[in-house]
Amino acid sequence: MPSLGADMDAGRVVAWHVGVGDHVTRGQVVADVDTDKSVIEVEVFATGTVTELLVGEGERVPVGTPLALIADDADAGTAAPSRPGAPSISAPDEGVAPTRGAAAEPETTTSPESAPKPESAPKPPPPATLGGPSPGETPGSRAPISPLARRKAAELGVDLAAVTGTGHDGAVTADDVARAVSARPSFPSVEAPASRAPASRAPAEAAPATTQPLTGAERQAALRRAIAAAMARSKREIPHYYLTTEIDVARAMSWLAGRNSGVPVTARVLPVALLLKATAVALRTTPDLNGFWEDDGFRPGSAIHLGVAIALRGGGLVAPAIHDADRLTLEELMAALRDLVGRARAGRIRGAEMSDPTVTVTSLGDQGVDVVAPVIYPPQVAIVGFGRIRERAWVDGGRVVPRSTVIATLAADHRASDGHRGAIFLAELDRLLQEPEALGKEHENPEWTTREAED
Amino acid sequence: MSDETLESTVLRVLGEVAPEVDTANVDPVEDLRDQLDLDSMDILNMAIGLFEATGVEVPESDYPRIVTISGAVDYLAERMA
Repeated sequence: MPSLGADMDAGRVVAWHVGVGDHVTRGQVVADVDTDKSVIEVEVFATGTVTELLVGEGERVPVGTPLALIADDADAGTAAPSRPGAPSISAPDEGVAPTRGAAAEPETTTSPESAPKPESAPKPPPPATLGGPSPGETPGSRAPISPLARRKAAELGVDLAAVTGTGHDGAVTADDVARAVSARPSFPSVEAPASRAPASRAPAEAAPATTQPLTGAERQAALRRAIAAAMARSKREIPHYYLTTEIDVARAMSWLAGRNSGVPVTARVLPVALLLKATAVALRTTPDLNGFWEDDGFRPGSAIHLGVAIALRGGGLVAPAIHDADRLTLEELMAALRDLVGRARAGRIRGAEMSDPTVTVTSLGDQGVDVVAPVIYPPQVAIVGFGRIRERAWVDGGRVVPRSTVIATLAADHRASDGHRGAIFLAELDRLLQEPEALGKEHENPEWTTREAED
Repeated sequence: MSDETLESTVLRVLGEVAPEVDTANVDPVEDLRDQLDLDSMDILNMAIGLFEATGVEVPESDYPRIVTISGAVDYLAERMA
């Protein structure tokens, strides 16, 4: 069961789209999962053949519970099977987000006899030992906290020093973190798995509880609670600093209007897409605003996955990601935004979109507000808020003139960056919006290469 | 267009843009953005939906004319005349 957001601790499999014997390809949607907030399409993180479905439709299991076993095509039948992708970490977006790896690993394992315990983590990869490590043995001498446990602790705001480890050599496992959370009265309870023993990582371990589908009102309440938990954690833990600047967008808006008048209605680009594009490109200049605060340290995002806050009409909001937003053309970004808004409101967001934004943008211009002072979505370290684009008094050449402007606010985590860096970001954002033609053409900066996060 | 009236076309498109809206109870003269909390993405989707239904392209400069049901009906009638 992948974590489909920092606030999720369990999910219910609503439907499987594959069965035993089916061949699946990395990225394919294989199941629908109800997170209480919404139903999310879950993609598989490996290519291979499904050998067993471990969690039945209707069952609710904690995050981290394996959902299915997948035999890796390449490794099938070899003496020392390994986990898909693990030895090389060659997948381009492996470990992009704090929750993505956590989502991937427990979900898919290569073969039952060599399956590592779910807590043994995606990064760093275990050495590809020919003889194969004995099940449950932590490869090498590692810190006695599993990376999955670290991520889970960061997501849930758990102090690892206060968690008692029950794993191998007293290692703190994700289950230990889950137990620490469930012991906390202020958090929604977590169904802690009964056992962490690798030999018994069978479906029964998860103690699945079948629950009824939520009603609309219950879902609304669950969404509200999830937002409450994430935002309270943000304001409790993240020392926000705020920087605001008014940006002249007259040229950008007239360029956009001219562009839109020359294309079919279906190819029009909204001003917000231009703002998103400029934000994504500007973040290349300040990668310290694009990533996560985890374990008392900053982990840069390996790409710019722009979370977009989308208000749901029934109330509440979600902030799924537009992947590699800086690398999309303006037209591609607009198409992605339109698609994402439509699916968010129809309740059809995919798992990776929910779990891996590296930074978020919120635009409340349509509601008429001038300035947004946004709240960071943990464990991200920055969020950019845009108010309404409208004519304001602007001084140009010693004269006051009406000018279309937008007020952009950066809220950033002072643990990860300082105001000076934030100011550089806003200055770059302003500069980019003065050259809309370049932004319209821009899609890839050759100097920017996707690289693995440093840990 | 078959036997659909322009108003039913506009309401159908609105229903596609905002499926949760009870189109039977929409005030025809109140701004849809205020009435139903539609945003700029919804208005663009309205324009696309109206184009697909009627073939009429609503330029951005005419968006203010399609943000009410009665305004959109009048606008389409004018453009299709």
